[in-house]
Amino acid sequence: MSAQPSPAITPASDPTLKKPLLRVEKLVKHFPAGGGLFARNVVHAVDGVDLAIAPGETLGLVGESGCGKSTLGRVIVRLQPATSGQIFFKDTDLTRVRGEKLRRLRQQIQMIFQDPYASLNPRMTVGDIVAEPLRNFGVARGRKAEQRVQEVMRVVGLNPNFVNRYPHEFSGGQRQRIGIARALVLNPTFIVADEPVSALDVSIQAQIVNLMEDLQAKFNLTFLFIAHDLSVVRHISDRIAVMYLGKIVEIGPSGSIRDKPLHPYTKVLQSSVPVPDPDLEAVRKPILLKGEIPSPVNPPSACRFHTRCPIAQPICSEVEPPLEMKENGRFAACHFAGQL
Amino acid sequence: MTAVDGISFEIDRGEIVGIVGESGSGKTMTALSLLRLIPEPGRITGGRILYGEKDIAQMTDEEIREFRGNEVAMIFQDPMTSLNPVLRVGFQVEEAMAAHARFTRQQSRDRVLPMLQRVRIPAAKERVRDYPHQFSGGMRQRAMIAMGVSNEPSLLIADEPTTALDVTVQASIIELLRDLSRELRASVILITHNMALVASLCNRVIVMYAGRIVEEGPTRAIFKNPQHPYTWSLLRSMPRVDEVEKERLISIKGLPPDLGRMPPGCKFHPRCKFKVDRCLTEEPPLGEVDPGQLARCWVLMKNIQNPEAEAQR
Repeated sequence: MSAQPSPAITPASDPTLKKPLLRVEKLVKHFPAGGGLFARNVVHAVDGVDLAIAPGETLGLVGESGCGKSTLGRVIVRLQPATSGQIFFKDTDLTRVRGEKLRRLRQQIQMIFQDPYASLNPRMTVGDIVAEPLRNFGVARGRKAEQRVQEVMRVVGLNPNFVNRYPHEFSGGQRQRIGIARALVLNPTFIVADEPVSALDVSIQAQIVNLMEDLQAKFNLTFLFIAHDLSVVRHISDRIAVMYLGKIVEIGPSGSIRDKPLHPYTKVLQSSVPVPDPDLEAVRKPILLKGEIPSPVNPPSACRFHTRCPIAQPICSEVEPPLEMKENGRFAACHFAGQL
Repeated sequence: MTAVDGISFEIDRGEIVGIVGESGSGKTMTALSLLRLIPEPGRITGGRILYGEKDIAQMTDEEIREFRGNEVAMIFQDPMTSLNPVLRVGFQVEEAMAAHARFTRQQSRDRVLPMLQRVRIPAAKERVRDYPHQFSGGMRQRAMIAMGVSNEPSLLIADEPTTALDVTVQASIIELLRDLSRELRASVILITHNMALVASLCNRVIVMYAGRIVEEGPTRAIFKNPQHPYTWSLLRSMPRVDEVEKERLISIKGLPPDLGRMPPGCKFHPRCKFKVDRCLTEEPPLGEVDPGQLARCWVLMKNIQNPEAEAQR
């Protein structure tokens, strides 16, 4: 049932995706460790990532703290420069374009942040916050900008009469709606959402998740949805990428990963998440990992998961397994994929 | 302002009870009041808290100190703010024992390493002399648990003990709590917003909303047959990792009420999709709906024909 693995195919050239909107190739982001101009060590935050996202789909990016998922999102929207590698958005390499061309592309790429309080300027009114991208990109001003702001506020479920209020007058869920309105105001095609619901109460999370699904259907949006919570990622994503210590270890359709994770880390992650059903919980056996997550300053050799992997063999510390296609549209970086 | 209003519940020896609710529901205040740790200017204005035969609300300062140290232990969400950053972890565990009369200084010292091993801190012998910042989040939480259980308490209160931790670490901390409660024959109160954790660990569930208990019962009954619309909706508002058919999440419109501006009648009625006229004016009592299961609702979910369709309206 498994297709012939071909080393040439990467998730960036996934043959199951037609005309990707975004393609990331060999993306690397290193930070100097310990600070200082002459710091010798580097944090390998993102260390050679390949992926592609098809128009209109949601790719979920999941991993635990420090795995590099947020950094990857920020580099893709160019909030931070890449150390090396390429990011193609509709065939234009975002790491190379400058000036006017970059500005035009940037209008189509927006970001939603985790903490809707920290990401909204407390001294600006909601109307000004949502209108700011319109002014920055010279798209609209005056009456026209006002109309657009009110329209977007309605779309995200905010009362347009609240334009003159300040962020602190809103609840967490409403603030997240403001952040979404700001991301939508320029009519983008691609949105990176970094933990958009993890700061919210459970009952409010569902409101925002439903809103994002509605908006996607209405405006044909493409999402990169970054979160640590596999349940939320599973629900909203068509495909899922699992990250560990700066690398994607598995990527594929959400349903087939649920039914049969190929990478041991995916399996561990999945087994660790409790479900709201006492009967299933009584029989669930989480696979417990030994040790702690290694430092991204000095990641383990070859397969980075080998120090904690329940099925590691000597080869795992000697030869790095490539992220190769194991089945149609399913990639895993493991010498013993599917064996845990 | 009333944060917690008329809460009554009992916990048996060895039982693991979950108190679930969202921010502001009063779940943490309820737990803090059990230890008389409510922050100023808050106070307990009525009611009794019986531990065996003793009323905690009436204890002298000396008695409550002994009670906190010897009978009850509390574990908080963020272990970094509960540990002293300038003292070695081993010393802090020793202090937790020496502060109370049960063990002598020498006994306390001798028990440190076994305690750290008992909470499964790897290479405990080498790590006794580490400072908290040298520990990972999960290990700090283990150290906190070691301090908590070092006096062999009969009640362990864990307030969002895994919320700040990664899910693989959470799994091992939950296993540890389960094993310790069995070994110590201690009761556990797990305070959490995470219904799935409750399903995993607890025998009984108390659901809180707006400072009240809205539903209470055996875990299985609450998950299979919730009767309060809030419990019912909460269970359907969270996505599941084992989800097969993608279904739209049931969202609960609006927000929990402001404690200073409570609505009349049932406190959940402004957000409830199943309300009837009576809910707007008259607060329902916490009544028995099944043996051992209580719900504070005039309607009850068993009386709704097609709740899913109605909730998505």
